[in-house]
Amino acid sequence: MKLKSIILAAGLCAMATGGFAAGHEGGVKVGMITTLSGGGAGLGIDVRDGFMLAAKMAGNDKLEVVIEDDQRKPEIAVQLADKMIQSEKVDVLTGIIWSNLAMAVVPAAVAQGKFYLSPNAGPSQLAGKGCNPLYFNVAWQNDALHEAAGAYASDTGYQNTFILAPNYPAGQDALTGFKRFFKGEPAGEIYTQLGQTDYAAELAQIRASGADSVFFFLPGGMGISFLKQYASSGIDLPVVGPAFSFDQGILQAVGEAALGVKNTSQWSKDLDNAANVEFVAAFEAEYGRLPSLYASQGYDTANLLLSAMGKADVKDADAFRAALAEADFASVRGDFKFGTNQHPVQDYYVREVIKEGDVFTNKVIATSLTDHVDAYAAECSY
Amino acid sequence: MSLILLIEQVLNGLQFGVMLFLMAAGLTLIFGVMGLINLAHGSLYMVGAFAAAAVAGLTGSFVLALLASLIAAAAAGALVELLVIRRLYDRDHLDQVLATFALILMFSEGTRWVFGSFPLFLDIPAALAQPVSLPGGILYPAYRLLIIAIGLAIAVGLFQLIARTRIGIQIRAGEADREMIAALGVDISKLYTLVFALGAALAGLAGALVGAIQSVQVGMGEPVLILAFVVIVIGGIGSIKGALVGALLVGLTDTLGGVLLPPLFATFMEASSASSVGSSLASMSIYILMAAVLLYKPTGLFGSTT
Repeated sequence: MKLKSIILAAGLCAMATGGFAAGHEGGVKVGMITTLSGGGAGLGIDVRDGFMLAAKMAGNDKLEVVIEDDQRKPEIAVQLADKMIQSEKVDVLTGIIWSNLAMAVVPAAVAQGKFYLSPNAGPSQLAGKGCNPLYFNVAWQNDALHEAAGAYASDTGYQNTFILAPNYPAGQDALTGFKRFFKGEPAGEIYTQLGQTDYAAELAQIRASGADSVFFFLPGGMGISFLKQYASSGIDLPVVGPAFSFDQGILQAVGEAALGVKNTSQWSKDLDNAANVEFVAAFEAEYGRLPSLYASQGYDTANLLLSAMGKADVKDADAFRAALAEADFASVRGDFKFGTNQHPVQDYYVREVIKEGDVFTNKVIATSLTDHVDAYAAECSY
Repeated sequence: MSLILLIEQVLNGLQFGVMLFLMAAGLTLIFGVMGLINLAHGSLYMVGAFAAAAVAGLTGSFVLALLASLIAAAAAGALVELLVIRRLYDRDHLDQVLATFALILMFSEGTRWVFGSFPLFLDIPAALAQPVSLPGGILYPAYRLLIIAIGLAIAVGLFQLIARTRIGIQIRAGEADREMIAALGVDISKLYTLVFALGAALAGLAGALVGAIQSVQVGMGEPVLILAFVVIVIGGIGSIKGALVGALLVGLTDTLGGVLLPPLFATFMEASSASSVGSSLASMSIYILMAAVLLYKPTGLFGSTT
């Protein structure tokens, strides 16, 4: 399925914020490659909707967006990137959800002089030695939410957390990240199969391990399965995880089983800052559902880009890069700035899953890490 | 590793095995009787799960949801057989694979249009949400015991159907000699539709039963489909008995491999690399099992030797 929509922001909306100085030549053409079909489509759709919401609210007619579906396949993402760079002549690429797809697309794109703004994936390779002046990550380095979870587990006094993640690079990063900030000794460490949906065997091991808590990173359907099975297993240990398994898109599918779970995130819908209040209300009004973590990242990505467009012409790469690096926009996360490797330096919060009326959602209960710089920044030099 | 943990894991393996059996039984019947490779079997599993989630959401009744999964998957199966599959019986396997792969894409995107991109909610009934104590102090989720019971009951029912009923005789005859039973006056095309719908209904029921403890989402059927193919290759294509034995073997190998291999490697390796090597080998274990079976019996454990 090809989903293609070229959206000219012109005339979409008259609520121009007026913050953009006139006189910069030409507009910016953005190529968004994201996952819009298949099992992982919910994430890509949220990033796209968040991004397009920001574009619509800004009403900047110099921003043009081309959207294509990568079907979560690296080879398709590479083809789309080639097409966007060569025939669509985009200036900026963005949108990729998955780290393996990002690794397939980003190094080649920045080598051809295109900017890449990552709204989600933050593989360690691109944060450390493989960092690039044209690559900006607006979400997080992959390890960060897990580091925050490790810090929170230690702060709470957990001594021997049982940890598990799928056996693939991001899963290994997750457990490494957790252990980096966890002061106790894990009671057990399991790598599950990627895409595994039955966790009976792991649950039996958790029960037998004598752990005092459980940390897991199981994105998408894997996390839903795990939590539902955890709830009926009779195990009564507290659960900590990164926000991915407890986000707005999947909480309704998990149901009661997720209530009370603590999860770490750089964003939550109840963060009390003006940009976030405006974003949450506008997103609900536009799409009729609550925004997710991914939508917030898409929204911030668009606003970062818009802020740079107001300061420099994308054809002047150095000036545009400097404008992006300033991160002079109101992030829905509150304070936001880029570190030396152009990855976020930001706070990470602990959220608790609650029920508001009929809807499962999160509320912030603590701050886990403040102005956290990722572990790879020191390895990056341009 | 304590005995209790081991018994619990054997139960887990059994439960996984009977689920695979529900998928594999339909697949092996369809292949045995019609000579058709049906890649879209996983989509029927998904249809069952989505139908169950939708009905459970509307009525709140889990029993109605299970019924809906049977009916929806059987209806989808019959419809697909009448519209598409019927034209494929005389084609070679490559055409069948291509056409049924196209069906997977159509089912997946169709489901996404109807139900959206986010996973649906389907939970087990509250009465079964608690673990039960088994003799020996084992705590085991009640719902998983129910799955084992349903799966075994269906296995017994299928054996009776195949061995004792007129339809069963026709199915077996159809496997043995298609032309002859048509010549004897059996309405072969009706029989094919019936077998296809039966296989689809079993897949749909498996989808609903598993969907309640896993996630109901687009694409949930394909990983199970691959395992179901492994099962019927191990068991022998066309054999219901083979499907049952193969499914239990695969279920137990997969579960126990995942539990026992990492600690085994940890006895002579560093903990974190043992965990990762052990897990990798565990995910290969069923394919190693398949290769071993095929070396020993090239047509599978209960396959016909012709």
